[in-house]
Amino acid sequence: MTSATFSIWRGAAGEGKFFKYTTEISEGMVVLDAVHKIQAEQANDMAVRWNCKAGKCGSCSAEINGIPRLMCMTRLNQLPLERPVTIEPMRSFPSIRDLVTDVSWNFRVKKQIKKFKPRPPDVADGSWRMQQEDVDRVQEFRKCIECFLCQDVCHVLREHHKHEEFIGPRFFVYVAALEMHPLDTENRVEELAKAKGIGYCNITKCCTKVCPESITITDNAIIPLKERVVDEFYDPIKRLFRAIRGQ
Amino acid sequence: MPEYQKFEHDVLVVGAGGAGLRAAIEASAGGVTVGLVCKSLLGKAHTVMAEGGIAAALGTVNSADNWKVHFADTMRGGQYVNNWRMAELHAKEAPTCVRELEAWGAVFDRTREGDILQRNFGGHRYPRLAHVGDRTGLEMIRTLQDYGIHQGIDVHMECTVLSLLKDGDRVVGAFGYDRQRGGFLLFEAKAIVLATGGVGRSYKITSNSWEYTGDGHALAYNAGADLMDMEFVQFHPTGMIWPPSVAGILVTEGVRGEGGVLRNSKSRRFMFDDIPEAYRHQTADNEEEGWRYCQGDKQARRPPELLTRDHVARCIVREIKEGRGSPHGGVFLDISWIKEKIPNAPEHIKKKLPSMYHQFKQLADVDITTTAMEVGPTMHYIMGGIRVHPETQMSTVTGLFAAGECGCGLHGANRLGGNSLSDLLVFGKRAGKFAAAFAKEHSAGTINTDQVDSIARSALEPFERGTRSTDAQGPYQIQHELQVKMQELVGIVRTEPEMLKALEEIGKFQKRMRSVAVQGNREYNSGWHTALDLPNLLTVSEAITRSALERRESRGGHFREDYPNKDKAFGEFNIIARRGPGGEMKVVRQNIPPLPAELKQIIEEQQK
Repeated sequence: MTSATFSIWRGAAGEGKFFKYTTEISEGMVVLDAVHKIQAEQANDMAVRWNCKAGKCGSCSAEINGIPRLMCMTRLNQLPLERPVTIEPMRSFPSIRDLVTDVSWNFRVKKQIKKFKPRPPDVADGSWRMQQEDVDRVQEFRKCIECFLCQDVCHVLREHHKHEEFIGPRFFVYVAALEMHPLDTENRVEELAKAKGIGYCNITKCCTKVCPESITITDNAIIPLKERVVDEFYDPIKRLFRAIRGQ
Repeated sequence: MPEYQKFEHDVLVVGAGGAGLRAAIEASAGGVTVGLVCKSLLGKAHTVMAEGGIAAALGTVNSADNWKVHFADTMRGGQYVNNWRMAELHAKEAPTCVRELEAWGAVFDRTREGDILQRNFGGHRYPRLAHVGDRTGLEMIRTLQDYGIHQGIDVHMECTVLSLLKDGDRVVGAFGYDRQRGGFLLFEAKAIVLATGGVGRSYKITSNSWEYTGDGHALAYNAGADLMDMEFVQFHPTGMIWPPSVAGILVTEGVRGEGGVLRNSKSRRFMFDDIPEAYRHQTADNEEEGWRYCQGDKQARRPPELLTRDHVARCIVREIKEGRGSPHGGVFLDISWIKEKIPNAPEHIKKKLPSMYHQFKQLADVDITTTAMEVGPTMHYIMGGIRVHPETQMSTVTGLFAAGECGCGLHGANRLGGNSLSDLLVFGKRAGKFAAAFAKEHSAGTINTDQVDSIARSALEPFERGTRSTDAQGPYQIQHELQVKMQELVGIVRTEPEMLKALEEIGKFQKRMRSVAVQGNREYNSGWHTALDLPNLLTVSEAITRSALERRESRGGHFREDYPNKDKAFGEFNIIARRGPGGEMKVVRQNIPPLPAELKQIIEEQQK
């Protein structure tokens, strides 16, 4: 049995420091296993949020050696173990304690996005017909497990703290899933431009890189939404048309 | 006296998986105020892990399907100790519930005609599972969550209920704590719906997350409600077994639905060696026919890999025990072989089973498009739970309702894959509807503040012991030892001496639990949380063991080596665990009401 050392940030409300723990490791272990082992054997009260331990719920988001990742899907054999592995909470959200952050902002943001509004049913029994190729793109977006790693890495939130003006990559994906849903009849383009701050995104694709579900956030969600905003909202002719119609 | 924050809701729903969310939505639609308490963040509950699909007789792939076939399949899978009324309602109402999800934004995989696509699953006669690749649970919970947040429901995230509060015979509230900050919470409610899921954390190898500590089962039991069928625990035949840190994680039955086959170390399709009589006429007797079934040939019979989960799990155990297992103590599940049958097999597998592909690639360095997986049984589901009225979902305690895995009745001795997600929808909806109706008809009860005070004090005791005691017990250690004992002594194959030993061990754990100690403060303290979950785990472990001792036969998920056959006499009743007057657990038998003639006829017709 070999051992490895982990440098884990511990503290509350933003005040804290890194503590070193050395523990035995075995084949196939992931970072979350090591954290649990340390918790059970050395630090019973260490705070860590997790749930499914299978990469499906998106609860155990953290920064491992500085990179936003799911602890349950990061295998130790993918990390250099000759030096301590640093584990710290997501930095774009307020800290609660140790590795747990307050992500409630995300839930408030989602609630402010206009909800799904389907067209009337296609068939008398109240059901709809959609072709698979028409739902493929939306299904890609709906793979999102809401781990908020894309929000964590996004510099608009992380460095510029635009939480009040910018909804972040997760919710652009959410809006894209609604806007491209074959049944949806709502229009969210104006709010995207105004309240949701899509203009702040300068397509550095950091979010796409960290997405554990491999959703091509920037290319498939954000850029098409930006195009819609430009086409429908900043197009001078449409603008004039809107002004005349008093919209 | 410890301080607490107070909330008032007409209906309080405990648990925010599929059943809890569906109940909250329905209760809210019933015109009452609703509070929703969940241990995790919203949208993270165990429903998210469901992979294969939602069973509903929509008949979009095979129009021969209808509620009667689904009803008969469910009863046969449950070995006829199901609550037949629940099985009937479930089969009739599931299609509407699936259509409702679509109306709320769910995007299921499509048929060529653009309707909802349905896939094959164990024990279902026709392709019946509406699905989204192998992440159907995520689609379902996200749809309910995104719809629910606009329905005026008050959500209390990362909060746990410690105890229900009663006024006479009726439930009038709940007391709990906020996991993030550690403060106490008092919820006053006219009706309460428990939707807390299962008990997987009583076992060492489980597909269940940490949340599954039998909270709802124990809350109801402590409030005087009946627990029924607790001996029926489902071990899913295919969990990951290697590497050790991922042991137990589910490998969806969808792999077998798409043509995956089970083989032993001699490369034999061992499932052909033991096909139960009741399924023989519907099961393929050669490999070619099995494959044609998976390809949608309506004339072909299903491969034996798609027999019910209890049977497949026992066959796997047999192969391992008799020395024909895989290197790490499981058997092989192979989907890569379909490359012999179809072009572009790797792409097809990735498209149909994306999560499985990633799960094995990332966690086990196995590419399932080229290599067979190693799998073995994992504790997956409990058929037993809180005994409820089949139509209203009210338990034997007035004002207390239950739905989903913590409820009971639909699945009998063994649940069919896909029947859980539909269970959550159908009975979550019913529980919400009838809880709202109950709340409208009743005024608020009186909260006993002495009781509240005493619950709060006992919840804080582990901290006091943590600062002084010398013989203090760590919560993680006790939990781990309990899991090991339950796995060893009350697992897939059971005997009386082993289960008596288990009861003795549970008694010792109960004593040790009273000296459990934790350090630190109340904010997000996982040690404290684990200590507070322990009593629930012990209660459900005891109920499983006592019920399993009482059932001296083998049926469905319950297999007794000392009584290996099904006994007709035991098919006449369910077993109930109930708290006796002195606080001890009593086990009694409850006769199953006679099956109405028209349902009996349906079952007989479907057996042809």
